[in-house]
Amino acid sequence: MTALRAALIGAPNSGKSSLFNTLTGSHQKVANYPGITVERRSGTMTTDAGNDVYIVDLPGIYSLNDRSLDEKVSREVITGAHESEEKPEVLVCVINASNIRVHLRLVLELKSLGLPIIVALNMHDLATRDGIEIDVDRLSEELGMPVMTTIAVRSSGVKALKEYLNRDSSAYAKPMGQVSDISTRALQKEAGRITKLVTVKEGSHHKMTRILDSVALHPVAGPLVFFTMLFFMFQAVFSWAGAPMDGIEAGFAWLGEVVAAYIPEGIFRSFIQDGLIAGVGSVLVFLPQIIILFLFILVLEASGYMARAAFIMDKLMAKVGLNGRAFIPLLSSFACAIPGIMATRTIANHRDRMTTIMIAPLMTCSARLPVYTLLIAAFIPNDTVMGYFGLQGVVFFGLYMAGIVSAIIVAAVMKATITKGTLQPFLMELPKYQMPRFKHVFMELWQRVRAFLRRAGTIILYAAIALWALTLYPRAPENAPEADIYYSFAGMIGRALQHIFAPLGFNWEISIALVPGMAAREVAVSALGTVYALQGDEDQVAESLATVLQTAWPLSTALAFLAWFIYAPQCLATLATARRETNSWGWTGFMTAYLFGLAYLISFIVNITAKALMA
Amino acid sequence: MTKYLSDLKIGDQATIQGFDTSRVDDQEFAADLEDRLLEIGFEEGLAVEVLHKGSIGGDPLAVKIGTITLALRKMEAAAIILGESS
Repeated sequence: MTALRAALIGAPNSGKSSLFNTLTGSHQKVANYPGITVERRSGTMTTDAGNDVYIVDLPGIYSLNDRSLDEKVSREVITGAHESEEKPEVLVCVINASNIRVHLRLVLELKSLGLPIIVALNMHDLATRDGIEIDVDRLSEELGMPVMTTIAVRSSGVKALKEYLNRDSSAYAKPMGQVSDISTRALQKEAGRITKLVTVKEGSHHKMTRILDSVALHPVAGPLVFFTMLFFMFQAVFSWAGAPMDGIEAGFAWLGEVVAAYIPEGIFRSFIQDGLIAGVGSVLVFLPQIIILFLFILVLEASGYMARAAFIMDKLMAKVGLNGRAFIPLLSSFACAIPGIMATRTIANHRDRMTTIMIAPLMTCSARLPVYTLLIAAFIPNDTVMGYFGLQGVVFFGLYMAGIVSAIIVAAVMKATITKGTLQPFLMELPKYQMPRFKHVFMELWQRVRAFLRRAGTIILYAAIALWALTLYPRAPENAPEADIYYSFAGMIGRALQHIFAPLGFNWEISIALVPGMAAREVAVSALGTVYALQGDEDQVAESLATVLQTAWPLSTALAFLAWFIYAPQCLATLATARRETNSWGWTGFMTAYLFGLAYLISFIVNITAKALMA
Repeated sequence: MTKYLSDLKIGDQATIQGFDTSRVDDQEFAADLEDRLLEIGFEEGLAVEVLHKGSIGGDPLAVKIGTITLALRKMEAAAIILGESS
């Protein structure tokens, strides 16, 4: 018997993803549908009798109106019109037992398509807790299809459904009865009629949700709670991650030395040690921050708080034409723009999504920190301003704010020009609060970590190798007066670039460092170390580099260099991610061009202003 | 005088009587607003209560319908016609 092909379908907040996770466990694949950016989740479930069932998890939708890509893909898959996804043999339509009046409409709409359907009456435990009672047999009778109650977050809660899926495709029958009028209003009316018939007890609004919301959505306490939570999250990302990050750095340094001990001095050793290990290590060092950030985001999402965060941020986001939901991807971008850009998949509207992707790199990611730290330590005196705040801290904060303010301006300009279009409704359900299930949180976390690691193993690895070669060849002549890198291809490019960068006050050393800095921003620091021919480990380089730079650069150059790093897309991996997620060279080109343009313009202004002020 | 969902204060209750999407300035946006409102759970005859409002200008709103909570912008709420409070 061949594996049964089933598709999970349901509205947002029906608990469909939890059901998918519980059914398939770790046997799942997350990818994109070819050519578009709708996430395709599929997996295999093995029934207790040992049969395989192939399950595809369709995007969460309220209807099949083809208004969004999600709706379009779902319709194509279900009707067998999709080019790469085979038509499922049975649909499992997931509905939330606390909200059947709304969710039944989709069931009825699906019924008109004629495929066998099983209804999973999900979150049955939560509905019972709130006093909601549904006559399941009656519901099944009215719909003309089997209905099973499920509790998606527990494996015991999906037993009956799993058992039911353990049969040959021919064993499933089409739903009984017909749906003639499929207009939204007619379907809604029918859903309402059935809901009235099968509801034994209506239940009440979830008490805990009501109590928590009276704080979380309070006009004063709400934002306060929200910003406190953000502050705590940033603290966690930057302080908790410190120790494991040092550990990873030390680990890669150790690995480099081990390799050096076994491979004789030469090109091959340099390739392994400086190209491979150092290159991949420079990106993997951000893994702890990414894990902590995603852990926070996933827990907030699973608990139901994220929808409240969108509620609180909506008015501010609306001012630049964006939706409250665009807030989460931008938040992720403070750790790294790559997961941030991937998280824009939750934004249904294409124009809003493009705008969000375009401004994500302006959020100060953690790769900028080593650069900021170095230059602030070297050039900003450790004074206090207003008697309390450290000047260095104020400059640091200013750099963050410069990124955020610029993002707001760019978004507003984009929404008024190239991404101009109809407003998007904010309409969303605020789900009940619930305790996150840690098994599910960790499964989701692992998927994201895996995606990040896969990139570090591919694109970032290639970039690191290419840059290694560029900085090594051609070799420097004997007894050369300058550092080796001066004579390499990277050096040549840097020296050529210097003509362009001269108005910004950048010397040839800086111009050269910017080239390997394309792999990852913080590589610019070690590149500067190379150019100024410093020896020692990274910390020593950074420390002595600060002293060297103080005498080598005027303040105006240092400030212009900081300004450059606020804007410049100095990260090939981000551009590669933008290319994949926008699926367009045009958008990727636009992002690269506008960021470099802004970087150049602002650095230029900073340079001449600082010079004028100091003169 | 016709009353709309956007007119209610926190704690006010009313019954949904219908939709008037022509009250939204952006006509393209208004085009499928009624369908979207229906799809997420607004429907004639249902009781609605305003639970929360945003800090800036009382926007967006969180309302209770049955046992669920829905969030929407003031502009969207302005298209929902209310009947006499129940």
